[in-house]
Amino acid sequence: MILTIARKELRSLFGTPSTWLILGMLQFIFALFFLARLDAFIQLQPQLAQLINAPGATSAVAAPLFSSAALIMMMLIPVFTMRLIAEERRNQTMTLLMSSPVSGWEIVLGKFTGLMLFLVPVTLSCVLIVLTLATGTQLDIGLILANALGLMLLCASYAALGMYVSALTSQPAIAAIGALAISFGLMLVDVSTEEHDASWRALAPTHHFQNFNIGLLNSGDVVFFLLFCGFFLVLTTRQLHNNRIYGQ
Amino acid sequence: MSVTAPITLAAHNLVRCFGRNEAIRGVSLQLRQGEVLGLLGQNGAGKSTMLQMLAGTLLPQSGQIEICGFDLTRHPRMAKAKIGFVPETVPVYRDMKVDDFLLFAARLRRMPPARIMDALAETKYRCSLQDSGKKIIGTLSKGYQQRIGIAQAIIHQPEVIILDEPTVSLDPSQIRDIRALIRELGSLYSVILSTHLLDEVESICDRAEILHHGRLVYGSTSAQMQQYDRNQPGFILTLLSPPALPELQSVAGVQQVDQLSATQFRILHARDSNPGAALLELAAKKGWHAEPLVPLRSALEDVFMQITQTGKS
Repeated sequence: MILTIARKELRSLFGTPSTWLILGMLQFIFALFFLARLDAFIQLQPQLAQLINAPGATSAVAAPLFSSAALIMMMLIPVFTMRLIAEERRNQTMTLLMSSPVSGWEIVLGKFTGLMLFLVPVTLSCVLIVLTLATGTQLDIGLILANALGLMLLCASYAALGMYVSALTSQPAIAAIGALAISFGLMLVDVSTEEHDASWRALAPTHHFQNFNIGLLNSGDVVFFLLFCGFFLVLTTRQLHNNRIYGQ
Repeated sequence: MSVTAPITLAAHNLVRCFGRNEAIRGVSLQLRQGEVLGLLGQNGAGKSTMLQMLAGTLLPQSGQIEICGFDLTRHPRMAKAKIGFVPETVPVYRDMKVDDFLLFAARLRRMPPARIMDALAETKYRCSLQDSGKKIIGTLSKGYQQRIGIAQAIIHQPEVIILDEPTVSLDPSQIRDIRALIRELGSLYSVILSTHLLDEVESICDRAEILHHGRLVYGSTSAQMQQYDRNQPGFILTLLSPPALPELQSVAGVQQVDQLSATQFRILHARDSNPGAALLELAAKKGWHAEPLVPLRSALEDVFMQITQTGKS
């Protein structure tokens, strides 16, 4: 049942021209960042070569690219999550799901899976761009994999958060702006807290992504992302149930 | 429909409030297999709320709903698999193709995959959608979208079909088609539909209930109903210089004449013979000065007006 809903979500995502436009733009932006970093690296390479333990191509080009991708995805994912529930509610198609023999968590997981099936290839396209470096140099595959995993987990967190905000309203625009505001707020928490005050910073997904970004695979970070997703998915399920109690 | 047909939907004492506003106040109703029940009511009487609760998209504050013996709150999956719901705004994805949408609806209702393609063909045939399978729903007319809305509700062959104002905002020919479809569905499944159109209830329903301020105020057992023989057709005849009553009674086809006032008579006649033309002809010949005939309002309309007017005062 989850797969039925996921497949429908994926099809309707690819059925709209704007998705293709966004995908195209995204590839263009990724490529632009990649080439800019590569250019800078090539210019700096003679000086870097004189350093002991100088950063390699992967950490000089790939890591910043993934870091920028994380920022772009933070801004982009609300555009996709706003459709998930708010738009269905506005078009009154949510009734179809609610009157079917499908439980709330199946609807939520189905929609989440559908969006993730869309976001995973987006992340992989970023990896593919980086892999083109393999033609000219030796790559740090571990660092790339850690970044790819981190980016996927980060995307999943933003998707879960965005879907919850989408479940709170029947206005897709409000859902998008709300999700973006919360993600941005969490990023500000990460940026603005002082070094010694780690407790607040621990709430920010961007903070946990930074470890992946430098190639550090910390199980604590993985658990954080899984908990973050789980928390918002449960809240979304609760919200759908509340709609049955309080009306839509 | 017979009184021994199994009960497919039973609601007991449903209550639903929105804040302090009590939308449904202790409504109970039953629906048998092969029965078409019309839920009548003014705007805001609680019809949609009632149907949403029966379809499981809204939980009642108290009360119980059973679909084919399964409690809707305790066993929602079993109960909902036996419901087909068409809300007021049909829940269709406008960017999907008709076939894809109906297949999605069938899978969502957990139909065995082997039966889905047959069910799709049968449903499209029944709703006259054979030629529209590859079309995008958003490009179709409102009438077709309504048919798709009904098709998604019957593709899994449910026991109970719930329709919320199925003919609203359709043109007359579309209304006729949809009503014919509902009548056909009524012979196979149990259908409950809400409407504020009296003629809709009279033309397609076996039974009517009137919902007023969140309560059922009229049913087929209601005392008010007994006063009228709702099936007897008739009209009001106005004669400015009337003859004696027996003279009117002797006209062929007239079954009963009641004098309503000095010049007005209520004429009841058999369904297959209308004495209107003969009466007018006789009136012209004998110089009774007849005025145009006014058909009698149906019993249902009388009851509906009476109940809603009382509510206002």
